[in-house]
Amino acid sequence: MNIGRKFAAAAAAVFALGTAAAAEPITVVSWGGTYGQAQDNALFNDASKNTGIEIIRESGASMSKACLQVESGAVTWDLVVTGSGGAAAAAAKGCLEEIDYSVVDVSDFYPNTYTDHCVGSDVFATVMAWNTDKYGAPGSDGAPNYWADFFDVEKFPGTRAYRANNVDGALEPALMADGVAPEDVYDVLATREGKERAINKIRELKPHIAVFWESGAMQAQLMKDGEVDMTTGWNGRFDNAKKDGATVGYTFNQALLDYDCFAMPKGAPNKDTAMKFLAEVSKPEYQANLPFHITYGPTNRKAYEVTTAPDELIRALPSHPDNVPMMVPVSLDWYAEHRAEALEMYIELLSE
Amino acid sequence: MAGAAPLHEAALQRQHRREQWSILSLVVPAMIVIILIILIPLSWLFYLSFLGDDGGFSLENYHKMTQYKSYYRIFVTTFQVSILTTLACIALGYPLAFFLAQLPPKWAGIFMLAVLLPFWTSLLVRTYAWLVLLQKRGILNEFAVQIGLWETPIKLVHNMTGTLIGMAHIMLPFLVLPLYNAMRKIDGDLMHAAANLGASPVHAFWRVYFPLSLPGMVAGALIVFVLCLGFYVTPAVLGGGRVIMVSNHITAILENQFDWGAASALGVVLLVATTFTLYLAARFFRFDAVLFGRD
Repeated sequence: MNIGRKFAAAAAAVFALGTAAAAEPITVVSWGGTYGQAQDNALFNDASKNTGIEIIRESGASMSKACLQVESGAVTWDLVVTGSGGAAAAAAKGCLEEIDYSVVDVSDFYPNTYTDHCVGSDVFATVMAWNTDKYGAPGSDGAPNYWADFFDVEKFPGTRAYRANNVDGALEPALMADGVAPEDVYDVLATREGKERAINKIRELKPHIAVFWESGAMQAQLMKDGEVDMTTGWNGRFDNAKKDGATVGYTFNQALLDYDCFAMPKGAPNKDTAMKFLAEVSKPEYQANLPFHITYGPTNRKAYEVTTAPDELIRALPSHPDNVPMMVPVSLDWYAEHRAEALEMYIELLSE
Repeated sequence: MAGAAPLHEAALQRQHRREQWSILSLVVPAMIVIILIILIPLSWLFYLSFLGDDGGFSLENYHKMTQYKSYYRIFVTTFQVSILTTLACIALGYPLAFFLAQLPPKWAGIFMLAVLLPFWTSLLVRTYAWLVLLQKRGILNEFAVQIGLWETPIKLVHNMTGTLIGMAHIMLPFLVLPLYNAMRKIDGDLMHAAANLGASPVHAFWRVYFPLSLPGMVAGALIVFVLCLGFYVTPAVLGGGRVIMVSNHITAILENQFDWGAASALGVVLLVATTFTLYLAARFFRFDAVLFGRD
């Protein structure tokens, strides 16, 4: 990948300083499939080359496994990819190191894309996607626009898919469909009645929910196979499904703006080296390359200035300044406090 | 032994004891393995399930299960799926095993291969194969609509039906193998004798053949039932998120909340419920012989 000349010079300087103590290789863990590949191509390979930090790449990142490593005192992972909610929960359990922000520079990051325990790697959106043959192209007349349309089976007759097994991003759409203003969603959800209101709305839709999806791969597959007409899911997956020939479209209207991030298990064997590596991949020069491989947006605002990606690709990213105001940022505070209760209530609904 | 030296009570007893010791010493390695890989982790599971959030002894993990109806429903679903799968396996497997047992051994071997072949294929592959076959635009629905069997695609998967189809297929060999084995051992002359005594073929089957095949069937059904209780992949893929079994919920708890205590408690309850069910079934159906080797 192309990296700015200026940056190359800076990297050379870091390289010269850093080689004095030949560091141990660090273990970087991500998810499989196109996501991990995108990170390899955009971030890891170049950052490793430029810093001289050797990395061991593993797949199967999971906060529960990271926590297990910490609790059993056998930590082998240095940097782990996780969803923001997972990071918050793991941090609350005391499984994560604090990020050293004197090393990692987040001054150009979007607000709320980093916390004490994790640094945002990319921005994605939980959107509603639909079969464009059935309901029309996004933005066209009569096409679905808001969550209310997703829940309206009279206006948009057909089948739906919704989240299984996990409550992340499941309650917010139901409340918005029920008339709660996007900015009030988390206030309403903070009460038991608010959660019940959301659950009741999903219960109304449940006879029309043909499938509850378990993974991003499943969201894409459901749309590709025409198994359902409309589903919730992560925007990048639908772009990939579309590339594979699926007639699928989605909107950022009222979508849930969320991010993935890098976290460090407590007691990571090469904490200092990993922190330096984290600082490197958080630079705009690397994040600018991510959109070439997956349509998830950078967390570093500056990446938009240095990227060479074509304009239409840039505009399709969830963190693009034009798109952000349409969406609702996911509240990690709400998840930290209410996730356990919300999950139990949601599973109760699913088990009915 | 007739005509041997007079029997010495004491010598006999000594020999008996020596025999017992030598049998015991043969068992020791297996016992050590069982203790290491089964009992210790199981005790650990029990221990974890009684740990509270603060690390002290607590019943909170069990208490939580009474707070939400979902736990009760998940256990009901788990047993329901397992019982229905077992019944489906018996309904499909008994005639199949009977047919195989009537064939000359050479032919039976070839047909047995058809039963075993899927058994050697990955569980995940077979599960996804069912998804491809059964889904809305799957092979079966497309075909049925084309020849006019039904007008619009019917819902065969992402529900209980799909889960049962997939699980019955996967579990079938576990029933057929012990059952076939038991049927092979039934002396064919017994059926001839029954006929000779005036029993109709149907009567002879129910009075003679079926009771003799029962131990094999019960053994197979037990294996199927117990394996079903712990199923994860098939209900996750074919259940469409509606068929939530205990293993699925354990995953949800671990992945979302990293709550080892709550997950362990679910495992413990499942283990206890399974043991209790088997005990009841053993008493009710009187298959103690199969379970405990008593005649």
